[in-house]
Amino acid sequence: MSMNNIGRPTRPALVATLPGAVPATLGGGRGLLQDEALIFERDGWDSSGVDLPEPSRDASGLGDLVRTAPIGLPGLSEPEAMRHYVRLSQKNHAIDLALYPLGSCTMKHNPRLNEKMARLPGFADVHPLQPQSTVQGALELMDQLAHWLMTLTGMSAVAMSPKAGAHGELCGLLAIRAAHEARGDARKRVLVPTSAHGTNPATAAFVGYEVEEIAQTADGRVDIADLAAKLGPDVAAIMVTNPNTCGLFERDVIEIAELVHAAGAYFYCDGANFNAIVGRVRPGDLGVDAMHINLHKTFSTPHGGGGPGSGPVVLSAALAPFAPTPFVVNRGESYELVEYREGEAAQAFGRLCAFHGQMGMYVRALSYMLSHGADGLKQVAEDAVLNANYIKARLSGVMSAAFEGPCMHEALFDDHWLEGTGITTLDFAKAMIDEGFHPMTMYFPLVVHGAMLIEPTETESKAELDRFCDVLLLLAQAAKAGDVERFKGAPFHAPLRRLDETLAARKPRLRWRPQASAGVAAE
Amino acid sequence: MRYLPLSPADRSAMLGVIGAATIDDLFVDVPEAARRNQPVDLPFHQGELEVERALSAMAGRNRTAGQGPFFCGAGAYRHHVPATVDHIIQRSEFLTSYTPYQPEIAQGTLQYLFEFQTQVAALTGMEVANASMYDGSTATAEAVMMAARVTRRGKAVLSGGLHPHYARTVETLAKVAGVEVQRLDGAIDGEAAVLEAIDGGTACVVVQTPNLFGTVTDVSAIAAAAQAKGALLIVVVTEVVSLGLLKSPGEMGADIVVAEGQSIGNALNFGGPYVGLFAAREKYVRQMPGRLCGETVDADGRRGLVLTLSTREQHIRRDKATSNICTNSGLCALAFTIHMSLLGEVGLRRLAAINHAKARDLRDGLMTVPGVEILTERFFNELAIRVPADAAALVETLAGQGILAGVPVSRLSPKGGMDDVLLVCATETTTSSDIAALVAALKGAF
Amino acid sequence: MFFTKDHEWIKVDGDVATVGISAYAAEQLGDVVFVEVPDLGKVLAAGDGLAVVESVKAASDVYAPVSGEVVEANGDLAGAPERVNADPEGAGWFAKLKIADLSQLEGLMDRAAYDAFLASL
Repeated sequence: MSMNNIGRPTRPALVATLPGAVPATLGGGRGLLQDEALIFERDGWDSSGVDLPEPSRDASGLGDLVRTAPIGLPGLSEPEAMRHYVRLSQKNHAIDLALYPLGSCTMKHNPRLNEKMARLPGFADVHPLQPQSTVQGALELMDQLAHWLMTLTGMSAVAMSPKAGAHGELCGLLAIRAAHEARGDARKRVLVPTSAHGTNPATAAFVGYEVEEIAQTADGRVDIADLAAKLGPDVAAIMVTNPNTCGLFERDVIEIAELVHAAGAYFYCDGANFNAIVGRVRPGDLGVDAMHINLHKTFSTPHGGGGPGSGPVVLSAALAPFAPTPFVVNRGESYELVEYREGEAAQAFGRLCAFHGQMGMYVRALSYMLSHGADGLKQVAEDAVLNANYIKARLSGVMSAAFEGPCMHEALFDDHWLEGTGITTLDFAKAMIDEGFHPMTMYFPLVVHGAMLIEPTETESKAELDRFCDVLLLLAQAAKAGDVERFKGAPFHAPLRRLDETLAARKPRLRWRPQASAGVAAE
Repeated sequence: MRYLPLSPADRSAMLGVIGAATIDDLFVDVPEAARRNQPVDLPFHQGELEVERALSAMAGRNRTAGQGPFFCGAGAYRHHVPATVDHIIQRSEFLTSYTPYQPEIAQGTLQYLFEFQTQVAALTGMEVANASMYDGSTATAEAVMMAARVTRRGKAVLSGGLHPHYARTVETLAKVAGVEVQRLDGAIDGEAAVLEAIDGGTACVVVQTPNLFGTVTDVSAIAAAAQAKGALLIVVVTEVVSLGLLKSPGEMGADIVVAEGQSIGNALNFGGPYVGLFAAREKYVRQMPGRLCGETVDADGRRGLVLTLSTREQHIRRDKATSNICTNSGLCALAFTIHMSLLGEVGLRRLAAINHAKARDLRDGLMTVPGVEILTERFFNELAIRVPADAAALVETLAGQGILAGVPVSRLSPKGGMDDVLLVCATETTTSSDIAALVAALKGAF
Repeated sequence: MFFTKDHEWIKVDGDVATVGISAYAAEQLGDVVFVEVPDLGKVLAAGDGLAVVESVKAASDVYAPVSGEVVEANGDLAGAPERVNADPEGAGWFAKLKIADLSQLEGLMDRAAYDAFLASL
């Protein structure tokens, strides 16, 4: 018998390690986490990861239009590029990794079937200006998605081209402005609740309106009396998020719509939270005139580190004639893309972008809708609401819920319960990072002190929700027990500790420059 | 349903914890008139296989660019994208993360955005660039608004070479923002015509190079004239690969450069999603729209990156923000950055040289077609030709023969008086047999 | 030195007033990262926006306590906004106004009144 057990111990040696006594590594790496320099710091000025043939002709015809000075773009060979970006990826939190409960952002599972469908050459390798006879399948897809959106919302038309939610708001307000102007009725003001997303007042101002805030009631809804007082013949529209940013359904929404319409104004609904009611409530039944739908929230197209999104806007019959070009019309035997302001587009308010919107996102969203179907989408809303209420119920004993009663798809807490601990909402959020969770949305909505807005979405299992609640309760106990260090210094276990945002803003360094790093102990 | 983890038992246990009898108890705030207890009138759920079948059928009813000779450009370009790019952008940590609001666990996203900003600044020859806009056209409209804020003036002059869809996007926003737009008539080689239109009330002039008709222009004189009257020069680039061969707008004196970044890293996608590039002189940075990533240090003094100068943005400044943009084109910017890193300066220059060489081959081929007139003298990879026919009808005929021959100008400017002008484009994906096929088809068409 | 309820201070020398924000306001804002000071020659009515002061997460308007024309702006703040935190009622001043109507000073609080006002918040 030959025996060789060199180098094969199968149990760790029992070395007692005191907390805090973990030795620092010598080269800066930390296990699977690699320190990674910027591509500009790798001396790859002559490298490339592509093999291209010699050009067959020169550029002699262009004379001094040709660039002679160096551009300043480093290159990486393919293996280096793969490693560089994979290393970077490992410094990100992601939905696929753990709960990502950013309220109002709807971080739900992104089915990979949708990615596969969007990459079919019949969608991805099609030029926007090909003859319409060669893109009938693409137009059919847009028409079918439009049909789903109109049916789910109970609205008469949809403008597909807006490229994100804020672009959709712009679309809606431009349609509203065009509708008023078509009647020779120039109006000046747009009313926005104090709890609104920042994009609402920003959009209204962009479209040339004065923004006036409407107060909120003690139970987190639009103050109807204040609304009635502020409505007048110069009000163009109201912008209300429903369910609102406190995670609550606006109980008086029908009355709000009636008041707004009686004043000759339009009701713009911010549809960021449509995922809470999809398949169960149609905004068209609530008196809404225009609403954007974030396909990257309700219909699960990936957030991609901040985009691309897609923000189609459903419109009431009153606003439909003012929808921007282009749009798809089903002519029976074929689909037509109407691109210019003539015929049925004579009153279009204009054009929002170069082509027809976010086709890649349309494919993903329709794939998601077909997968869920009418029954599944209703279940989506119900499970999203159930999950949020479950979190609210489990945490309310320890953390302070901002409002009484059931919430919709997100649970809102304030920082009342942290009083006297010396710990802020921000500290609490950073401690969540150490526990492996992405923090909730913080300090928004502005109407709630130290707001913590938790949106679990319907794609979390009960086990994952329980794990999350268990950890939050442990953290809350630690906070109340005076374990301040755990919070003030957090995060300790993330790729980086807390960052100096003041320094970044006071001395902006917005690009790499040779010899200009602010780091003292970096790469 | 495969995307919903809760079981019926979970649901009833959870309702018990909440203290609700049924799910309907959680929807009590919905007015009774609007409650729907039955699903809407749409098909019910389907398995992967069925969905794949339905969507593949629709995809099959489109002609793809790769199916035959293809010469379309005019703001969207077909380039080869290395396989690595699409692999990396589908990594969970990039695909399923959001805007890096928590920098401690988003350094991956922040670092590529910082690299993206640096690449865009280098490429355009500008001092600073933002972390992306939706696309080139919306970036152009935002640039005009920014110029109006910087100069506190209310007039924008658009060249006749500016992509008509871009011009209409600018006009749509400018109208409500109170900015007057003077748009010059379409002209093959007419960027310099903006010189005549600049006066003391001009906030900006917008020129494009290569322009809609492919003409490459040295804009230095336009920059000097605009700046002498206190106006800003905005340079638009719709084919960003051209910057590997041509002088950068920054070198020629641009104040703001906006570009469509689709050509690098991103597929045609029937028009979107794309990625808008936005770069400017540093002194205007506080008037820039969109997100900016900047360098700082963490509590241990290690270098890190954060979103910064956020007070320009809607979530803080609300009705006084520089723009309402929130979500931008993060993942498309990542694709751009990876592709650009793979190319490097060496690869980008060569790619641009190949594109130009292919376009010269295309031009030479077209010159042999009787009746075809080459209209663009100085071009990068795209040129305008006059055909002895209605260009749109010709394109339709050739499509029937399996050739996507280009973009008729009438598709973009229906009443522009250029019904016989066709835009044709060649890239590294164009082969000599593609060109031969187009030439033969054109010879047979008239 | 006089104060407003919006936490601006004003120090008068002849017909020229120096304006800044109070130590209380600077403390509440946190780290100041940028100040947008007014252009020279700008004519302001009392209550008009005079400057914008930014921290990382907020931008706040600073109002003119009295009407007047801007005769000087604190250019040092561009490179050193931290002065607003370090010395809010001194080196962290924003602008100097040539006062249009001295009688407007009568409506403002002196330090004792302002301290009492702060105590009431």
